[in-house]
Amino acid sequence: MTSVLSGAAGPYFGAFGGRFVPEALVAALDELTDAYNKAKHDPAFGEELARLARDYTGRPSIVTEVPRFARHCGGARVFLKREDLNHTGSHKINNVLGQALLTKRIGKTRVIAETGAGQHGVASATAAALMDLECTVYMGEEDTERQALNVARMRLLGATVVPVTTGSRTLRDAINEAYRDWVANVETTNYVFGTAAGPHPFPEMVRDFQCVIGQEAREQMVALGGLPDAVLACVGGGSNAIGIFDAFLDDAGVRLIGCEAAGDGVETGKHAAAISGGRPGVLHGAMSYVLQDTDGQTQPSHSISAGLDYPGVGPQHAWLADMGRAEYWPVTDSEAMEAFRLLSRTEGILPAIESAHALAGAVKLGRELGSGATLLVNLSGRGDKDVGSAARYFHLLDEESSQ
Amino acid sequence: MSALTDRLDAIRGEGRSALIGYLPVGFPTVERSVRAMVAMVDAGVDIVEVGLPYSDPVMDGPTIQVAAERALQGGTHIVDAFTAVRAVTQAGAPAVVMSYYNPMLQYGLERFAQDLVVAGGSGAITPDLTPDAAGGWLAAARARDLDTIFLVAPSSTRERLHLTVAETTGFVYAASLMGVTGERTSVGAGAERLVAATRAAGAPRVCVGLGVSTGEHAADVARFADGVIVGSALVRCLLDHDDEDAALDALRSKTEELARGVRRRT
Ligand SMILES: Cc1ncc(COP(=O)(O)O)c(C=O)c1O
Repeated sequence: MTSVLSGAAGPYFGAFGGRFVPEALVAALDELTDAYNKAKHDPAFGEELARLARDYTGRPSIVTEVPRFARHCGGARVFLKREDLNHTGSHKINNVLGQALLTKRIGKTRVIAETGAGQHGVASATAAALMDLECTVYMGEEDTERQALNVARMRLLGATVVPVTTGSRTLRDAINEAYRDWVANVETTNYVFGTAAGPHPFPEMVRDFQCVIGQEAREQMVALGGLPDAVLACVGGGSNAIGIFDAFLDDAGVRLIGCEAAGDGVETGKHAAAISGGRPGVLHGAMSYVLQDTDGQTQPSHSISAGLDYPGVGPQHAWLADMGRAEYWPVTDSEAMEAFRLLSRTEGILPAIESAHALAGAVKLGRELGSGATLLVNLSGRGDKDVGSAARYFHLLDEESSQ
Repeated sequence: MSALTDRLDAIRGEGRSALIGYLPVGFPTVERSVRAMVAMVDAGVDIVEVGLPYSDPVMDGPTIQVAAERALQGGTHIVDAFTAVRAVTQAGAPAVVMSYYNPMLQYGLERFAQDLVVAGGSGAITPDLTPDAAGGWLAAARARDLDTIFLVAPSSTRERLHLTVAETTGFVYAASLMGVTGERTSVGAGAERLVAATRAAGAPRVCVGLGVSTGEHAADVARFADGVIVGSALVRCLLDHDDEDAALDALRSKTEELARGVRRRT
């Protein structure tokens, strides 16, 4: 591969991306693009972000080898990039600190955010508290029930959480509602978008704020003996995946595997695997793969994981899939939960259910490649928020109460 | 010149502003929505915006969201919009489709334009498509003399007003305020300024929508705009009454109130 894929610029990634938004938002998106381009070349901004990453988030995050887990992966060596150890418990904080700093630079006093699992909402509420910004988080009503702990966390941090009761009552509707808020309040408000999707500049900007994951991990792997054979990450909108992929995009020998949420199985129609089971279309401001019917109406997605329960995907992933640089594998609810249990019991690490999809991909790939292989998995978040759901899934609460 | 621009110019000749009414096709059913559109024309709406329900209507407030959601649950399809366009045109009013971009794209932009022409439609309003992103649609529409109606907002820069006006035919849709569709107690004070700026950017016809709910509002907007666009206040008439006769009565009297508004000399 001669072309340089790392750090690709928007608004278009091949045929994907762009900006399909109401005119009312164009000025705000232009302002944000402009501010971001200036900040990118301003050493003071880079230093401030690096300082926060080190002194607040706790970066660099470590890489952990997980040999007991790896025994179930065909004997391949498996390394985890520990984004779960970041302050607030996931990779989302990397992006949010960048966007919150930008909010200050453009002189806005209020941020809004959408959230699915609640991790982006928690990260946004955290950054808002730290930087003295007003914060409103939109969250689908179904997700407020699935991730009740994170709702409480956001409120404790001083954010207003608005349960969204329209449509499928999940992440997609939360994004719709955040857009509506933004159109009405754009003068004071910045939309801190949680994933590498949406209209330009979000896919490029969110990737840039997340690519620290791959930059660190690549160096860490080299120090541990060499580049991995494959890098795996779960894909909701795609921010943790593109964040770890970016540094490896031009390493032609490294396979990149995005694990999409296949719910009950792509063939059942009850899934959230936009690339494996969708078609190109426009959703939430960008051209990408979308779960939709023949009329272009968005189809409801299904996943046990609130953070992956989204019918779209970031445009750079659509592009990487089409050119064959990255592979996108469907991982079902039950495969993910099995991997969740496996990592918990073999290594004493409770992963987020989102991240468990990537672990399930590693189990499968390891068995394919065997003992000579080295796999790097992005452990995008910790499972604290999922304790209730996982306990219910494994009937642990029933067993306990019946004892 | 389309039927739409002819009508707008004729209405301007009468010394008044046009009344443009929006209803989503398929709410509460396709047949009833079509009858409601025709009733609206009979009661004094000059031009009809046939709304195509979409699953993710980010520019719509609660009233139109609910109607669209029910229309989709009821099995409304893209082709139903063309049925409605045909009925409205036969009733004597120019019809334009109001659609978010993805349904048009999935239907096929060429096919969408072709079917719209065949149904007698004048063009389309695209709330989440700006001219700089609309290449394929502009080509399909231009080839058939369909109007491409784009929006301007109070946040539009002068540069963007020029860009939008240059690619718009029929009329420019000026959003009266920063926000989504819905009834409001007053029309945004920025509307008049935006219309003036849009005209200064070269637009021959500018119509104002978002928040216009009463005859009073209509009269106010009619002072400075070529057309007054009303959506949620009309949809509400159908939402409030399950009984079709009662719904149509409410719709007619709301339409008459608005029609008097655009004729009022202030
Ligand atoms: C821990 C964790 N991983 C992954 C995701 C999915 O998002 P993305 O695909 O943008 O990384 C989420 C989203 O909420 C999350 O909380």
